[in-house]
Amino acid sequence: MWWMALRLALRSLLRNKLRAALTVLGILIGVAAVVAMTALGDGASTSIERQMSALGVNLLWVFPGATSTSGVRGEVGSRPTLSEDDSDAISRELFNVQAVAPVLSVSSQVVYGSRNYATRVTGSTPDYLRVRAWTLSRGQPFTDADQRIAGRACLVGETVRRALFDTADPVGQTIRIGRVPCQIVGLLAPKGQGSFGQDYDDTVVMPISAVRARLKHTPGRDVDQILVSVREQYLMARAQEQVSALLRQRHRIPEAEENDFTVRNLQDLMATLERTRSTLSALLLSIACIALLVGGIGVMNIMLVSVSERTREIGIRMAVGARSNDILAQFLVEAITLSAIGGVAGLALGVGAGAALGKAMEWSVRFSPVAAVVALATSGGIGVVFGFFPARRAAQLDPIQALRHE
Amino acid sequence: MTDAEPVIRMEGIEKVYRTGDVLFHALRGVDFSVNHGDFVAVGGPSGSGKSTLMNLVGCLDRPSAGRYLLAGHDVSMLDADARSFARNRLIGFVFQGFNLLARTSALENVELPLAYRGTSSRERRDRAREALALVGLGDKLANTPSQLSGGQQQRVAIARALVTDPKVLLADEPTGNLDSRTSEEVLEILQRLHRERGLTIVLVTHEADVAACASRSVIVRDGRIASDTRVANPRVASPSAMAESSAAGGGA
Ligand SMILES: Nc1ncnc2c1ncn2[C@@H]1O[C@H](COP(=O)(O)OP(=O)(O)O)[C@@H](O)[C@H]1O
Ligand SMILES: [Mg+2]
Repeated sequence: MWWMALRLALRSLLRNKLRAALTVLGILIGVAAVVAMTALGDGASTSIERQMSALGVNLLWVFPGATSTSGVRGEVGSRPTLSEDDSDAISRELFNVQAVAPVLSVSSQVVYGSRNYATRVTGSTPDYLRVRAWTLSRGQPFTDADQRIAGRACLVGETVRRALFDTADPVGQTIRIGRVPCQIVGLLAPKGQGSFGQDYDDTVVMPISAVRARLKHTPGRDVDQILVSVREQYLMARAQEQVSALLRQRHRIPEAEENDFTVRNLQDLMATLERTRSTLSALLLSIACIALLVGGIGVMNIMLVSVSERTREIGIRMAVGARSNDILAQFLVEAITLSAIGGVAGLALGVGAGAALGKAMEWSVRFSPVAAVVALATSGGIGVVFGFFPARRAAQLDPIQALRHE
Repeated sequence: MTDAEPVIRMEGIEKVYRTGDVLFHALRGVDFSVNHGDFVAVGGPSGSGKSTLMNLVGCLDRPSAGRYLLAGHDVSMLDADARSFARNRLIGFVFQGFNLLARTSALENVELPLAYRGTSSRERRDRAREALALVGLGDKLANTPSQLSGGQQQRVAIARALVTDPKVLLADEPTGNLDSRTSEEVLEILQRLHRERGLTIVLVTHEADVAACASRSVIVRDGRIASDTRVANPRVASPSAMAESSAAGGGA
């Protein structure tokens, strides 16, 4: 019975290709949205994990300026209130802190031979690599000695290397950063992309003293930010308080006043990111639901039309011995086949759209076979739900009336 | 069941149609029996209840009152699915309007009743071929209804009715849509099946020369059987004689 029903369904759909194609559009879009959504969602968790490790372990992030929402103090990072002395103090006085790296960065053109490339130059200490859990794939980090003499040694990321050297080994070569010649002492291991498309490999790291003296020409000891790596995950909250307390004390901030700096926990940042993702997922999910609903109604509508067009056929089948279940099966299977075709096409579109979206937004996507199964099951289920009513209507026709139908 | 037992035995059959609040007695107490090997023509004026009777005989519908034994089984109270089963096993239908599936080959049309029996596709094919050969359409297996003449379509319908080896073949005005020559072709086939295979046939017609081909003639009037007579010398349908007779302007 089911095999016969499937053959009849395919034949009937092939006879009305355009109509079938238009009908499945809604389901196609719905399933595509589901597939794209799950792919982005799955990709999100992977990339968030990866980003965690790319940003560093148990990282606290200290910016100058308050987080005040009153607007009195201005934006985060607006005033240079942090210095290398703060960084040294954190490192020296807080036991829960594993490593500290002050950061002073500048955008600059880097030149090698006839090639040049615009990138972000980060000035920091040798501890920077440790704080961010970055490793070198070649060469050596710059040393404390480089730090002391504002040495012209630098580390380059994979993206910079590709821009300037193609596949060649850059270690030992001298590039110009702005107008400052500088020797590459190490190549950073590739880290890939962040959740918002930041390219962690698009960077040059130098001694902070060199950036200050040769590139930024800033007097004093001001820094853009301080990265603090905490010894253990469970100490994060406590370390955050301790850093705050220490900086308040050093900056002599009276009891009642706000901080003139901000300490951010990486987890908080990730949570924000995750929220963005889940908002997007919810949006896609609601699009999917609406499209699937519309698609289902479309299937029901076209099946009702089909039943009424084929009333006489139904009468003939009944006259020669088709039972109501045979007729029910025939039209139900047709509806299921119709929406399953939409499901398969939607799966293909969803994979394509997910990949394209991921690429455009520079988000990582991951397609799971579960999503494919869910998509097909959903579309099949829609066929059952929305095909049932028309199929039952066909099955309950009176053969005499049906035979008389024009 | 013995051959002496009638294939069709109806007693006190009534059929009441209800249209809104109006009740209409289409059949008012019909006793009607058909024996094995009978060829019965059912005549009568339009609206007298011939089709209503045929629908009941063919288990397409259920009587409002009365008892109906089909091949020994009481089918008066069967539900829709059981009637489908009875139609599939015991009845072959031929309709005025052919009622073939459009865009479907003659072979597949003839296979259809067997498909609802779960017959294997090979056996289906073989039996459908055989039935089509029997009606002289062995060379039109792949033609769809639109590629066949009216007479040929009706022959496909006869093949479809025969393919299940039914106890009785029911034909409601099978020649109503055909010209006189093709009518003769169809009647010739029915007579041959009756004569050679002992097929039991009930045929509705309001044309006297069609009724004359049967061996028994029943007239329905106002929902009752008005007369039921043996036909002494059934006319032998013959398309070629038909052509000659119209040329000669006389009877055969
Ligand atoms: N489904 C129906 N509902 C109401 N009245 C019907 C129905 N079918 C037939 N009739 C009426 O029953 C009478 C007999 O119809 P029918 O058996 O078709 O006559 P005929 O002898 O011409 O075949 C007619 O008056 C017709 O109007
Ligand atoms: Mg009639």
